[in-house]
Amino acid sequence: MNEETAENSDLQATEEPIIEIIDMHKWFGEFHVLRGIDLTIQQKERIVICGPSGSGKSTLIRCINRLEEHQRGQIIVDGIELTNNLKNIEKIRTEVGMVFQHFNLFPHLTIVDNLALGPIWVRKVPKKEAIEAAMHYLEKVHIAEQAQKFPGQLSGGQQQRVAIARSLCMSPKIMLFDEPTSALDPEMIKEVLDVMIDLAKEGMTMIVVTHEMGFAKSVAHRVLFMDFGQIVEGNTPEEFFENPQHDRTKLFLSQILH
Amino acid sequence: MEAYVQETLAEELKPPVTSKGVIGWAKSNLFDGWFNSLLTLVTLYFLWKVIPPLVRWAFIDSLWNTTGAVCRDADGACWSIITTNLRFILFGFYPHDQHWRPLIAIVLLCGLLFYSRNRNHWNTYLVYAWIIGLVVMGVLMRGGILGLPGVETSQWGGLPLTLLLSIFGLTAAYPLGVLLALGRQSEMRAIKMLCVVYIELIRGVPLISLLFMGSIIFPLFLPEGVTIGQILRAQVAIILFTAAYIAEVVRGGLQAMPRGQYEAADSIGLSYFLTMRLIILPQALKIVIPPTVSILISAFKDTSLVVIIALWDLLKTTQSTLSNPEWMGFSREAYIFVAILYFLGCFSMANYSRKLEKELSTEEH
Ligand SMILES: Nc1ncnc2c1ncn2[C@@H]1O[C@H](COP(=O)(O)OP(=O)(O)OP(=O)(O)O)[C@@H](O)[C@H]1O
Ligand SMILES: [Mg+2]
Repeated sequence: MNEETAENSDLQATEEPIIEIIDMHKWFGEFHVLRGIDLTIQQKERIVICGPSGSGKSTLIRCINRLEEHQRGQIIVDGIELTNNLKNIEKIRTEVGMVFQHFNLFPHLTIVDNLALGPIWVRKVPKKEAIEAAMHYLEKVHIAEQAQKFPGQLSGGQQQRVAIARSLCMSPKIMLFDEPTSALDPEMIKEVLDVMIDLAKEGMTMIVVTHEMGFAKSVAHRVLFMDFGQIVEGNTPEEFFENPQHDRTKLFLSQILH
Repeated sequence: MEAYVQETLAEELKPPVTSKGVIGWAKSNLFDGWFNSLLTLVTLYFLWKVIPPLVRWAFIDSLWNTTGAVCRDADGACWSIITTNLRFILFGFYPHDQHWRPLIAIVLLCGLLFYSRNRNHWNTYLVYAWIIGLVVMGVLMRGGILGLPGVETSQWGGLPLTLLLSIFGLTAAYPLGVLLALGRQSEMRAIKMLCVVYIELIRGVPLISLLFMGSIIFPLFLPEGVTIGQILRAQVAIILFTAAYIAEVVRGGLQAMPRGQYEAADSIGLSYFLTMRLIILPQALKIVIPPTVSILISAFKDTSLVVIIALWDLLKTTQSTLSNPEWMGFSREAYIFVAILYFLGCFSMANYSRKLEKELSTEEH
């Protein structure tokens, strides 16, 4: 994949962190899903999270925009701590875009309306401007000609690109991706990854749960490995893949890299 | 082993012909095997026995404009009972010389309903048209201004009453039902409980008892001197009753919505109300169009229960012509006539819902 995009030097670690997670725990009923997560993410940093199924990757990133509620510890996003304060939650959600495994487009709205909805109703942008911006982002993900169609008429890869554009329309500071390519047929994976690589080049802060190791190597600043609700290992992609420290990491890598 | 290689490009062919003409159709649909053939023959024999006498009774031998006495000697249907009493059946005790007023109101209403069928016409002007239309209808019916003599609501009856009860009943019950469904899904304990109790209480009693309560018990609680018209009380009972049923149907639609839709709406920062209004309800209400229309249709027919609190709706006015000695005994004709009117109402609702469903689903695929 695109090796020259892995410009790790553009990271300014001196700035305020944009996300800070401190000793965060979460339970589903009796089940202890996340067991003390400590994670600090700098602006413009790109993080890939991998790990076996059920290890809590989705739950972790869903806590960052409060789709799931954590029960202990702190999550601070862009200087605002996530609590039960609804106003803060809505504010953080407008700053944090999310792309889902199954796209979750709104099937009753046209593509362009899917994109313009957030800006019009949440950001209170005038309708005409919102539509123009929506068309701009659709062009960015190479899909402007489908603007008047409905999601059901598009292929999976196209729908996922629309979903990315929909998040971008809200001008988020952070983008979360939860296995964005794992529901796609192989020939569509590349078109979605290419869009994500473009986004990385523009300096978007990204947290990506994925098993696309090529993507991780070329784009990530840091790769985190999760198992049993903990971050077991985190390192630069070179070190992570060449020289894994933990036995569980080694086992996991041997299973997915053959 | 030699590799398989296809060198020529396949030719494009027309699909095979499947239509077989009338005879082929009859053969494959009606006389396909001995059992189906037997069923077809039995059905044909039955129709042969029933249809010709029915046509003779209803049309050939029927009388359309005679007195009751003449009818009694004839074999055919006596439609004269309808033609002679039509104005009473349609307008009840509304003053005879003022019948043009409810007539215009009904025509106006049907015109507005018909115009609103087309979704391209749904805009703010249509809302104004409805508001103005309803005011005009109200003025026509009630009178008392613009030189129109006043007509007490106790004199309203027949078709205008039936339409009033059902159209207002249904249009008010629908949003109320949606609110109840949302309340029942709410995470706020108190609201949820309130909605559950309301829905279950209302569903637990027959409409008749609600009408009785509205008509007899409710006035006892009013302060002295305050009266609320009988029609309004019946109207409220119908609305409360229908809303509970609509709420349960809508709840089914809400539960059918995938969680991903809520999460996507949350992730772009939509508030609860915007999520419901823009994302969830438009989809959920569409899924439940068929059962909703069933409820609306049965509510429309249930308005005829208001006879028991002495309101003269369409069914009651028709029925009462039968107690006139001249027309006694022609109940078949009278009931067929109201049945046709009710059928037209129900059929156009069903028909419209099918049209709406089709339009909404073709849009997305
Ligand atoms: N809403 C929920 N209620 C109860 N348990 C849940 C819920 N969501 C997830 N879990 C459980 O929490 C654990 C972690 O789930 P999570 O979805 O975060 O895993 P994951 O690492 O994303 O796995 P995958 O690779 O399969 O997506 C799993 O065991 C799952 O069964
Ligand atoms: Mg997951």
